[in-house]
Amino acid sequence: MNPIFDWSFAWQIAPALARALAITVQATVLGMLMAVVLGLLLALARRAPWALLSWPAAFVVEFVRSTPLLVQMYFLFYVLPAGGVQLSPLVTGTLALGLHYAAYCAEVYRAGIEAVPRGQIEAATALNLSAWRTATGVVLPQAIPPVVPALGNYLVAMFKDTPLLSAITVVELLQQSKIIGSATFRYTEPLTLVGALFLVLSLAAAWGVRRLERRLQRYGGRA
Amino acid sequence: MNGASIDLLPPLLQGLAVTLRITAGAALLALPLAVAAGLARLSASPLARWPAATYVEVFRGTSALVQLFWFYFVLPLFGLKLPAMTVGIVVLALNSGAYGAEVVRGAVRAVPPGQREAAQALNMTRAQAMRRIILPQAVPAMLPPAGNLLIELLKNTALVSLITIADMTFRGQLLRSATLRTTEIFGLMLLLYFAVALVITGAIRLLERRVRRR
Repeated sequence: MNPIFDWSFAWQIAPALARALAITVQATVLGMLMAVVLGLLLALARRAPWALLSWPAAFVVEFVRSTPLLVQMYFLFYVLPAGGVQLSPLVTGTLALGLHYAAYCAEVYRAGIEAVPRGQIEAATALNLSAWRTATGVVLPQAIPPVVPALGNYLVAMFKDTPLLSAITVVELLQQSKIIGSATFRYTEPLTLVGALFLVLSLAAAWGVRRLERRLQRYGGRA
Repeated sequence: MNGASIDLLPPLLQGLAVTLRITAGAALLALPLAVAAGLARLSASPLARWPAATYVEVFRGTSALVQLFWFYFVLPLFGLKLPAMTVGIVVLALNSGAYGAEVVRGAVRAVPPGQREAAQALNMTRAQAMRRIILPQAVPAMLPPAGNLLIELLKNTALVSLITIADMTFRGQLLRSATLRTTEIFGLMLLLYFAVALVITGAIRLLERRVRRR
């Protein structure tokens, strides 16, 4: 009988897992970039004075937030090609991650925007600034920095959701460990290593977010 | 999507029943876990604090799907072979319980310290103060985040389809390979999940209003 946890086997599969980690990180980074940009657009659209824009934006945010990411991923994976859009599984999955978390980011931005005192907007109106200048020059510079830690938390959450990409055939960390497991009949080492990797990386990221939060609070106190 | 999608509904609804059973089972199991771990993390004794903190950080720090796979593939190698359904419910409960513990901890810590001091001055024990003074004030603050967690749990149940449990997502996949009507199937499924989430949101709002009134 093999030892419970075979370190030499674990060492042997480390390079393959490292390669898969690169895919996981790539999906997380690109997905998050998409989420922060699209989320901001959704938040702004939701605040737009035209119901034709604000209602659909609100619906999209609520709908995306209350349905499973896995089903959204399947939807894109199977329906886009049926509509003639051919994307690689990795791109499709990253798109799904970005869309899903854009809805969460939109809510984060909304909270940040709502926390900007009304007087700031009134002052901008008094100075005859256009709606665009008010948004980009007055409201957003005050709304976004305080919510950066909250966005950071969603970065960590997205990272932990990347294993779902395995369901649409992307060979990220979890899929790689399953491939190793089914080839060698040893699941303990690959799956435990993957779990440990997620734990270490997300704890480190959460620690970074907390530090950032404290630093922002210090700036907030000085301002 | 059109009227012809109706024939897809019965199999999906059968799956939805399984999804709801898993959601309810995991939620019922997660609730005591969350309360126990959340209060243990606030305990003065490191013997209670440390195991609770480890549990919470491990389950919040690793991915839910990785946890499912670990329990499904690795535990049997140690001689603990559980049916997929048990693994699904237990792992989802452990996962939600860890997030719930943070909700409990946050809400209890948000109760002003003067409340505890006043209870102490009235010669209440710590347990009495917790039960009669702190928790009644903390529970209303727990409800909104708990409602969000319940919706997260509902969404997470889709993951159990990947360990062969025939929930709605699993049935959707079966239907897809049988009929290839992907847009209808996945569109319908998203709508059904959304409908359940709306019901949960509504129920939590009602509960909040009742708790506030008291």
